[in-house]
Amino acid sequence: MNPPPDTAPLLELDGVSKYFGSVIALKDVSLTVEAGSVTCVLGDNGAGKSTLIKILSGVHRNDAGEYRVKGEAVAFSSPRDALASGIASVFQDLATVPLMSIWRNFFLGNEPTVGIGPFRLFDVAKAKATVRDELLGMGIDVRDPDQPVGTLSGGERQAVAIARAVHFGAEVLILDEPTSALGVKQSGVVLRYVRQARERGVGVVLITHNPHHAYLVGDRFYLLNRGRLTASYTKATVTRDELVRAMAGGAELEALAHELDDAP
Amino acid sequence: MTTPTIASKHVDERLSHLGPVGRLLRRPELGALLGALAVFALFTWADQTNQFAGPAGAARWTDSAATLGIMAVAVALLMIGGEFDLSAGVMVGSTGLLMGLLVTRWNLGVWPAILLTFAFAAAVGLMNGWVVMRTRLPSFIVTLATFFALRGINLGLTKELTGTVRVSGIDGAGGYGSARSVFASTFWAPYDFQITVIWWLVVTAVATLVLTRTRFGNWVYAVGGDANAARNTGVPVVRTKIALFVTTSTAAALVGVMTALRLRSVQAGQGVGEEFTYIIAAVVGGCLLTGGFGSAIGASLGALIVGQAFIGIAFAGWNTDWNYLFLGLILFLAVMVNTLVRRRAEGARR
Repeated sequence: MNPPPDTAPLLELDGVSKYFGSVIALKDVSLTVEAGSVTCVLGDNGAGKSTLIKILSGVHRNDAGEYRVKGEAVAFSSPRDALASGIASVFQDLATVPLMSIWRNFFLGNEPTVGIGPFRLFDVAKAKATVRDELLGMGIDVRDPDQPVGTLSGGERQAVAIARAVHFGAEVLILDEPTSALGVKQSGVVLRYVRQARERGVGVVLITHNPHHAYLVGDRFYLLNRGRLTASYTKATVTRDELVRAMAGGAELEALAHELDDAP
Repeated sequence: MTTPTIASKHVDERLSHLGPVGRLLRRPELGALLGALAVFALFTWADQTNQFAGPAGAARWTDSAATLGIMAVAVALLMIGGEFDLSAGVMVGSTGLLMGLLVTRWNLGVWPAILLTFAFAAAVGLMNGWVVMRTRLPSFIVTLATFFALRGINLGLTKELTGTVRVSGIDGAGGYGSARSVFASTFWAPYDFQITVIWWLVVTAVATLVLTRTRFGNWVYAVGGDANAARNTGVPVVRTKIALFVTTSTAAALVGVMTALRLRSVQAGQGVGEEFTYIIAAVVGGCLLTGGFGSAIGASLGALIVGQAFIGIAFAGWNTDWNYLFLGLILFLAVMVNTLVRRRAEGARR
């Protein structure tokens, strides 16, 4: 019984499971992603975050359950498929080429052209102007779009990748641990871009193991543990401390603390 | 939503200002341009004939640089795309021999023979590219195999069919005159510049346009810079690389045809060993051996340096046996300069 498309969430997993041989990577996971909101998926190492992101972005296909985009069941066979449905993923390797300039990277695979037939040329002026505008919209002043991406900091490269996804019409933006390799300041920069993408009406899926970062920008939180969803909160129903505690094992941790205290 | 205040607040922290000098240093062909000027100055100074810097000398060293330059540009595109073709040199011989055999043994006209020769070269390039992409072996190994296979075929087949190690008598075929005027004539008497110089300039211009101003050019940089990232953004990596292999072998056919028409005969060993000169010219021109960076103009300037050096050594009255020592030295210098340039370009990342 699917809801009608106009009220259906942007993206929806319903009882999704994924097995690798005898290993249960994900079991019965259900979540929804709304337009103009940030959905955080939190989990420790081995919780199944990577498997989840790979299903969402079209790298893997779920073995059970249903994956719906705007109420329609989908079965992506590649990330290109997902991209065609407006689901863009920014992986940790970022899909940018360090030696190439910002504008060349930004339009890689989607180069704007002028002219007819085989004599079409890459519209360089338009590319440079668009890059400057788009990045300015995300709060980065690129004085020199000719700068190689390799000379940018990690946060800036994240921003270029995010701006690119948004520019090419991504309705859902999946970010895989965007802050894991970054310092405090850089993380703040990236989180601001996440918020900006949300303000543009993009549904953002933020995969992270950092509850502090998640709480700063998230609207909805899903906790993943050993391949299962163990809890879900909205911003209104949870405090940061509760989220941190839930992440850290919650009750188990308290029990452990008692045990340590009681020891002679 | 656009908030310049946020932007300006972060400018200083995240963007270092790049002056005109830094901008110039980022150009891959800068080292080659300076090198070409230095080599020109050196041999003008060492010149014993008083002709090196004049049009008579220029006709000689542009002749030497032209066919080398055509190949260097194609090899540079392939290197920017992250691959090598060690069969590029021997292909010049193979295509020359094939054209020669087609007109002398099978009595084809020169023009149909040229057409078939280009088709053969494209097929070999296609095979090189397909095998490299399919097996995921380094192109260095795959094209080394092609190199030795073609070298063997060149010698074996030529001896089998002609009883000697050369195919001669190409000028007796129909259409030789018109083909020679297109591929092997001269202009600007009495200095007699080779027509190949025009071809070289055109090839360089077209390659530069393709590389810097087309989608395909963007893909070439991407597949050489980071094939994985390119694939993730939807660049047809396999198609792009195979096209580059075909371009290289087709360029070899062009040079093979030029050489055969000019000399009227082709040696079975023609072109062997030249593949490294092409790679040297491309590297001297700023191409990175690791791919993703370089330019067609740079490769042409690299070819010019090599051409000037070979002719200059003769004009200076030095023993030409030392040619290759010079090649080795400029290669080493160029790689040193390129490494510095790349570190600048890649910044603090590594």
